[in-house]
Amino acid sequence: MTSTSVRRNKATGLVVLLAGLVMTGVGYAAVTSTAEASVTTASQTQIDQGKQLFQQGCATCHGMAAQGSSEGPSLIGVGAAAVNFQVSTGRMPMAAPANQAPQKRPIYTDDQIAALASYVASLGPGPSIPTDEDLNTSDANLAEGGVLFRTNCAQCHNFAGRGGALSNGKYAPSMMGATPRQIYEAMLTGPQNMPVFNDKTLPPAQKKAILKYINELQTAPSPGGLALGSLGPVTEGVFIWTAGLGALLAVAVWIGAKVR
Amino acid sequence: MSNDHKSDVATTGIVEGDIVEFPLPPHHHRLTDTDPRAARRAERQVSTMFILSALCIVGFVAAYVAIPETSYIDLGPVGTVQSSNLILGLTFGMATLLIGIAAIHWAKKLMSDEEIVDYRHPVGSPQEDRDAAKAAFDAGVAESGFVERKMVRRTLLGALALFPLPLIVLLKDMGPLPGDSLRHTIWRKGSRIVIDVTGQPLRPEDMQVGSLVSASPADLNDIQEADGDQNARAKASIILVRMKPSDIVSEQGDGWSWNGILAFSKICTHVGCPIALYQQRTHHLLCPCHQSTFDLADSGKVVFGPAARAMPQLPITVDSEGYLVAQSDFQQPVGPSFWERA
Repeated sequence: MTSTSVRRNKATGLVVLLAGLVMTGVGYAAVTSTAEASVTTASQTQIDQGKQLFQQGCATCHGMAAQGSSEGPSLIGVGAAAVNFQVSTGRMPMAAPANQAPQKRPIYTDDQIAALASYVASLGPGPSIPTDEDLNTSDANLAEGGVLFRTNCAQCHNFAGRGGALSNGKYAPSMMGATPRQIYEAMLTGPQNMPVFNDKTLPPAQKKAILKYINELQTAPSPGGLALGSLGPVTEGVFIWTAGLGALLAVAVWIGAKVR
Repeated sequence: MSNDHKSDVATTGIVEGDIVEFPLPPHHHRLTDTDPRAARRAERQVSTMFILSALCIVGFVAAYVAIPETSYIDLGPVGTVQSSNLILGLTFGMATLLIGIAAIHWAKKLMSDEEIVDYRHPVGSPQEDRDAAKAAFDAGVAESGFVERKMVRRTLLGALALFPLPLIVLLKDMGPLPGDSLRHTIWRKGSRIVIDVTGQPLRPEDMQVGSLVSASPADLNDIQEADGDQNARAKASIILVRMKPSDIVSEQGDGWSWNGILAFSKICTHVGCPIALYQQRTHHLLCPCHQSTFDLADSGKVVFGPAARAMPQLPITVDSEGYLVAQSDFQQPVGPSFWERA
């Protein structure tokens, strides 16, 4: 049984999904892990499956041919990396129009995301999904990553990568739960209001250094315990002015109380 | 003191001459004053706390020696904490706290709590002391000859008048005055723009629409080394952004951008925070300190917040080798406003 014959005979989404599962069961690693794979060697089946998923779930805002509409930007040329970032973090599809798409539980499976990515990548050249080799930080320089992070990322994402507020309800999200692939894709594609850090202005070696530093931020133990969101004097001030001063007031009341 | 006032006071106190005597409230004895067993119990409590404090200090020393700094404890909602930090803090903190609590407990339960009266007395010294002081001063004036020996008196006053002069002369070290240095940066015609930290020069095609780059002049490090300070860096920091040329509403000068690439100072015009919170879809630049927001697509003008001036734009172009360079220095002072600024 070939997947193409099934697709031609029955056009139901369920069968197309099964076809995708069969196909990716064979070639999952090759499809998702290499950048070129999603552009040049993605099978027509996968692209067709992605197109169908796109027209069901994305076309309302992005247009039937991904050309964009008043509700959403054109996706021609955004590349597989943008799709993988937006959909695998649950930001797309959006539940409702808003200033910023919040992160939520992804509604598509990995196979479906791969199919959507290969469909959008087939529309025009754009950044492809970073490969495992792109994400290998074993030779990266952690200290260089720290300097680059503070110069390029910390202004919005906070010195500890915990995120921060922007204007009009927008915000830079915390990086604590982000995977290296998602962070790499965000740098490549500049999702939503994040600027683009393309390979010419931030070469892959520097991206790896930044990934290594973010991994350090995510995994390094905190000698002091509760970091209070790593927000600095705001949360620390609230804590000491309420808990600390409250304790001192209680002691003062005890010292002044009449003994019976 | 009026008679009315006196009668008010008399309702609560007893007046004897000018001294108002207030009756003390009846003294209530504490349990520890009346029950020897309660007193012994309080004594034991205080001693126990002193002993626990001593044990905490012993524990502190033991923990300092024994706990490796690589050891961590998971405290659930508090998170994972370095063991030595936790134990050293707890033992030393408890040792201090227990001494304090024990001392107050001792004072409250066991030390005498009988009310006592401490009468106020006039603030001034007795008249005879004041007369004696004046006599001594007058005798000193007469014996020193301060009044008769005019030359000594005048030269002394002259010497004392000049004495503070060095303090005023030293104020010169607060200078020199900034002159016109606040109006200029090290950017000049043909200064090559390089990426901050890495020092890599930039071609226009390196940046794509939506890109943000923090940058500085190529000769920054040499100038900084020669000057011996980082003032040049603080003033010359810029950001480069690229947007669709059709998105640009207005610029501060004709031909100051290059195919949608715009260069702006990185220093907020409010109080000088470095800002690079660039939102690529709205083209807004947000200052995290006081939320001043600049529209980089519209001459960098202020769209929100306390900043009074638009973000200064740096005119840029491309040199013969294809690299981005400055056309000139900034055409207005960067950073916060200052007194003499027109």
